[in-house]
Amino acid sequence: MADLHFELVTPEKLLRSEEVYMVVVPGTEGDFGVLAGHAPFMSVVRPGELSIYSNLTTVVSRIRVEGGFAEVNEKGLTVLAEQATEA
Amino acid sequence: MPSLKSLKVRITSVKSTQKITKAMKMVAAAKLRRAQLAAEAGRPYAERLNAVMASLASKVTIGPNSPKLLAGTGNDQCHMLVVATSERGLAGAFNTNIVRAARKKADELIAQGKTVKFYLIGKKGRPVISRLFPGKIVHQVDQSHIKNVAFADAHEVAEDLIARFNGGEYDIAHLFFAKFKSALEQIPTELQIVPVPLAPAAEATGVSAAVEYEPDEDEILAELLPRNVAVQLFRAMLENAASEQGSRMTAMDNATRNAGDMINKLTIQYNRTRQAAITTELIEIIAGAEAL
Repeated sequence: MADLHFELVTPEKLLRSEEVYMVVVPGTEGDFGVLAGHAPFMSVVRPGELSIYSNLTTVVSRIRVEGGFAEVNEKGLTVLAEQATEA
Repeated sequence: MPSLKSLKVRITSVKSTQKITKAMKMVAAAKLRRAQLAAEAGRPYAERLNAVMASLASKVTIGPNSPKLLAGTGNDQCHMLVVATSERGLAGAFNTNIVRAARKKADELIAQGKTVKFYLIGKKGRPVISRLFPGKIVHQVDQSHIKNVAFADAHEVAEDLIARFNGGEYDIAHLFFAKFKSALEQIPTELQIVPVPLAPAAEATGVSAAVEYEPDEDEILAELLPRNVAVQLFRAMLENAASEQGSRMTAMDNATRNAGDMINKLTIQYNRTRQAAITTELIEIIAGAEAL
């Protein structure tokens, strides 16, 4: 399966722009995982931890985000975080 | 003709001025690089946010229930001019240009019978604006303690502006700042920030029709709008910071060069005067010897 294009942007800089297997995002109405080919979707992000998976079981990195938005479109997942710190 | 001593004093004073302007130029160059990087790093976020806003805007129709930040108050009587200038002078025409743009807009609005208020970011716009439009300044944000603009600073200003908007203090807000083009050129720019101007959705691709929202569109929009104001302000501040340093660098470069020219001119004059004094003295001696 093709990889998911993931971008994490804060107002100060573009933090991540890479191909990953899956990203789990803390949405205001519950966490959700995004794989490649996800349907168009948009959610508000609550303060929490964002996990990036390189395959089904391995978490490559966790990033603490302080609110923002996540948008999934045909190009991939874009998280617009107010603030993000590598955990 | 000035005396030798006074010429010497002037040369020394111009030399020390040159040293100062040269140092300022180099400091500005170093700061410019950093400010430019910061401005560039901030671009992706603003671009993405704009894209999200545009795609959202195509879904939401403006009605009586839509948030005021998007639809406006239904009035356009009272305009707030947010003027972002620098905290320090000696930056060439940087502040003058921004203030001039704001002033032009204010004059236009007043001619149309609108009310104008000023919200200042940075202190350098204050003297001119308070002289031309006395009593119209509602607030001034002090940024003198800030070294590098952080998003939190912009956020604070945005919150204050939105609170004032919701309190009915004004109907439309325009932002004035200098867009950074190069160290030689900064363009004074005007931007409407409240109500949030929505670019009409350019691409009406059928794909986006199926986007799912969580929570629903209105709530997302309500979250997005204030953030958009903050992001616009943040961008303006970053651009302004880069422009200020660029403008200062150019101004100081000119000043250094002018000082150099002046030193050359004064040195020539000094040497001539000295030569003239020697010649006169010689003539006097020779004339004295001949008289014997």
